[in-house]
Amino acid sequence: MEIFNHNSNINFLGMRKYSIAIALVLMLASIALIAIKGLNYGLDFTGGVSVVVDYDQPVQIADVRAALAKGGLEHAVVQSLGGTREVSIRMQPKDDVDAMKAAGGKVNLDRISADVTRMLQVARPDARMKSRDYVGSEVGAELKSDGTVAAVFVILGIMAYLWIRFERRFAIAAVATEVHDVLVTLGIIALVQRDFDMTVLASVLAVIGYSINDKVVVFDRIRELFRLARKAEPEEILNRSINNTLSRTIITSLFTSITMGALYFFGGPVVRGFAVTMLIGIVVGTLSSIFVASPILLWLGVSKKDLMPVTRDNPELARRP
Amino acid sequence: MSDFPRWKYALVALMMVFGIVYALPNAFIPIPAVQVTANRGAPPIDTSVQQKVAAALAAQHIAVGNVSVQGDHLLATFANADIQKSGADAMKSTLGDGYTVAFKLQSTVPGWLRAIGARSMPLGLDLQGGVHFLMQVDENDVIDKQESSYADDIRSLLRDKHIRYESVTRSAVRGQGIAVILRSAEDRAKASDDIANEYADLNVSNGPSTGDRYVLNAVVKPEKLRALSLNTIKQNLGTLRNRINALGVSEPLIQQQGESRIVVELAGVQDPAEAKKLIGATATLQYRAGIGQPGDAQAREAARTGNIPPDANLYYMRGSHEPVLVGKRIIVTGNELTDAASGIDSQSGTPKVDVTLNAAGAKKMGDFTNANVGKPMAVVYVERVVDTKMVNGKEVRTPKITESVISDANIQGPFSRQFQTTGLGSPKEASELALLLKGGALAAPVDIVEERVIGPSLGQDNIDKGLKAVLLGLSLVLLAAALYYKLFGLVADIALFFNLVILVAVMSMIGVTLTMPGIAGIVLTLGMAIDANVLICERVREELRNGSTPHAAIRAGYEKAWSTILDANVTHLIAALALTTMGTGAIKGFGVTLMIGILTSLFTSVTLTHAFTAMIHGHRKLKTLSV
Repeated sequence: MEIFNHNSNINFLGMRKYSIAIALVLMLASIALIAIKGLNYGLDFTGGVSVVVDYDQPVQIADVRAALAKGGLEHAVVQSLGGTREVSIRMQPKDDVDAMKAAGGKVNLDRISADVTRMLQVARPDARMKSRDYVGSEVGAELKSDGTVAAVFVILGIMAYLWIRFERRFAIAAVATEVHDVLVTLGIIALVQRDFDMTVLASVLAVIGYSINDKVVVFDRIRELFRLARKAEPEEILNRSINNTLSRTIITSLFTSITMGALYFFGGPVVRGFAVTMLIGIVVGTLSSIFVASPILLWLGVSKKDLMPVTRDNPELARRP
Repeated sequence: MSDFPRWKYALVALMMVFGIVYALPNAFIPIPAVQVTANRGAPPIDTSVQQKVAAALAAQHIAVGNVSVQGDHLLATFANADIQKSGADAMKSTLGDGYTVAFKLQSTVPGWLRAIGARSMPLGLDLQGGVHFLMQVDENDVIDKQESSYADDIRSLLRDKHIRYESVTRSAVRGQGIAVILRSAEDRAKASDDIANEYADLNVSNGPSTGDRYVLNAVVKPEKLRALSLNTIKQNLGTLRNRINALGVSEPLIQQQGESRIVVELAGVQDPAEAKKLIGATATLQYRAGIGQPGDAQAREAARTGNIPPDANLYYMRGSHEPVLVGKRIIVTGNELTDAASGIDSQSGTPKVDVTLNAAGAKKMGDFTNANVGKPMAVVYVERVVDTKMVNGKEVRTPKITESVISDANIQGPFSRQFQTTGLGSPKEASELALLLKGGALAAPVDIVEERVIGPSLGQDNIDKGLKAVLLGLSLVLLAAALYYKLFGLVADIALFFNLVILVAVMSMIGVTLTMPGIAGIVLTLGMAIDANVLICERVREELRNGSTPHAAIRAGYEKAWSTILDANVTHLIAALALTTMGTGAIKGFGVTLMIGILTSLFTSVTLTHAFTAMIHGHRKLKTLSV
């Protein structure tokens, strides 16, 4: 079975002015969105309110969740506490919209805990509030510096590897496209104001891995074709490389999307954020592998002789990919 | 015909067996249990403790599964979390303070699997819950320390400025500041100016003066105290994170609650009693100038009469309980350490802790040892223990500080940055102390005020939904691969299945905590692992189109795809490696999953499929390939 014509010869490089322009616009728009709208940080980043509720009779955690969801608090984290008659509820103050409005945008602990108790008493009159408190964020402030270090590490590591295995221009093109992918993914999350929690952060970082994987496959073909070709017009080589790997690029992203799609549609709220971020990342990463990475390479002036410095004197080695 | 070497078949078969065996423990569900360990000084766990526990549980009609002594601890298993809780309460009141009683999930993995090191993956807080500690930070201690240090500073300031004073003492009431008593009104005015200039965080005011006693009150500004207490909590959070990371617990939850409380939730702890001891522990070391030898005449005299020289403290040696006099001046404390490691001293064969000081500490230590060769130096072990007593049915906690000297010996030669400390009771104590010193001292002591078993943070329905989606996603990919690449797709499916098995096996061996995001990470890894097979299949197709024979196409397909697969996976690995450097548990665990997954998929997608392909096509003449 074949979905794609293996002789496809689409002139992707011919559209480079438009594709790069669109990529630039998307990047700028994403930066603006992140700066203006901001990311909608989740409970593990912001901290929030913790309420402990006592019941006279044993209670099912699922019932507590249902009661809170009915009152409009779907995102609350509910856990049993040392048995079956006490539950701990953690939530972001902003989820209790009425309380925030009543307090003029400030957090009113009494009002929120009263709301929670009221919602629970609708289903179970024996619910009683035992204690309430503010809780800090789960992740430390060091996450920010760790994240920066990690990002620099990724960029330098990937650049160094591609520099050694390929050539300087490939390293630059890969990292530039990478930055584009991450920014656009974050921009879309900021646009739809999806909860940005730890799982989404993990997913954004996984997008980096996915998208670099995608670029390297195309780059590898470019290197191979350059080395094989007798007369190498860069634009033609790049176009052929994209077309040759097109079927693989799309099949792989389809396969990965199938798993993430299943998580998104059937996996429940916990993995939905993870899956949708990954899906956005797959689409962005796939498109940029086809439309963005190679034009950058062309502009940087990639050529046949750059790719064969060590093997120039050895024709046997030069034939190898 | 086949050019696939025999040893690789053997390797593939071996890996498949390894994967199945080491992934197997995850099929056994752990049961709730309570673990008891003896504290320092208490009689060790033996059958008498076991009988006592069994009798106490029987007396309260608590159904216990099995009470057994395992090495240095006792373990009692229960049918469910409720019974576990009442069981733990009963055991706590029977055994008293000498023992640490803690909740645990006991593995039910059969002995033969455990014997070869196979164990199940611990489940995270979101899937299974864990143990919840609520800790109260003792902020009074911060004020005490702050006021004492200001009192010292003011004394030396007045000495430097040649202002005569009668006394500088902390007020009897905590937070009321420091009372400085001077001899004349002029001295008071001068001292007032000097203190206010030097210490911007102090409010200085004149107090009532009687006769020739002129009182000056210096009170720490409230905003400074507030900043200090904020800082204390932050530092304590950091120290607790270090300690828990050092324990090897992944994905803990550590957060501030209210003004002065800290919540710690741990899932999948191997030794909960040790975790509990470690997170609340405040043991540290002080290096001080020694006076004489342990048990010498002067020390015995001081111990007998209670007349202790003004510049000395009287302590007792750990172990021998001989009295010893130690100078009041502290050279270096545990806070000035950068590293600590435990080991065995090769000369004496006793446990030791190797200590590395920071620059400031090293300078102080260097100056002191240079000037005092041949004179004694004492190492004081300072520990804060909380006594819990039941008074009128309520728990009353009284913290007390114990100080003992673990070593008092003459300085053989000058040293500064690195040295070792001996005199600890056991290798275990040495390693616990090293762990504590390394994690950093707590800025203020914490008391565990509440210990509970906490349920999973995800609802059972969400866990079920997630697992169902994972299975659905995987089966869809398996189906799609088989449809699109036919026989080669089926081989890729086998590889994907064993990739999952080997990935789970490796994660279990390393002890990665499994969480819902972790499960999503596994699925993502598998979804991306099939990329290698796509690359190979596309290459084989290409070779066939270019007119290669089937066998040549397989060979060339694997050969040419390999370079691409390697480059793609190495760069992907770099990205995953960066995730593991992030300090936060959830992301770290996710990164580890990705990393292991990339490595296992390199093996299963390339070597394993090659073995299967070679086996299927190897000895037959082929006209076409099913790809």
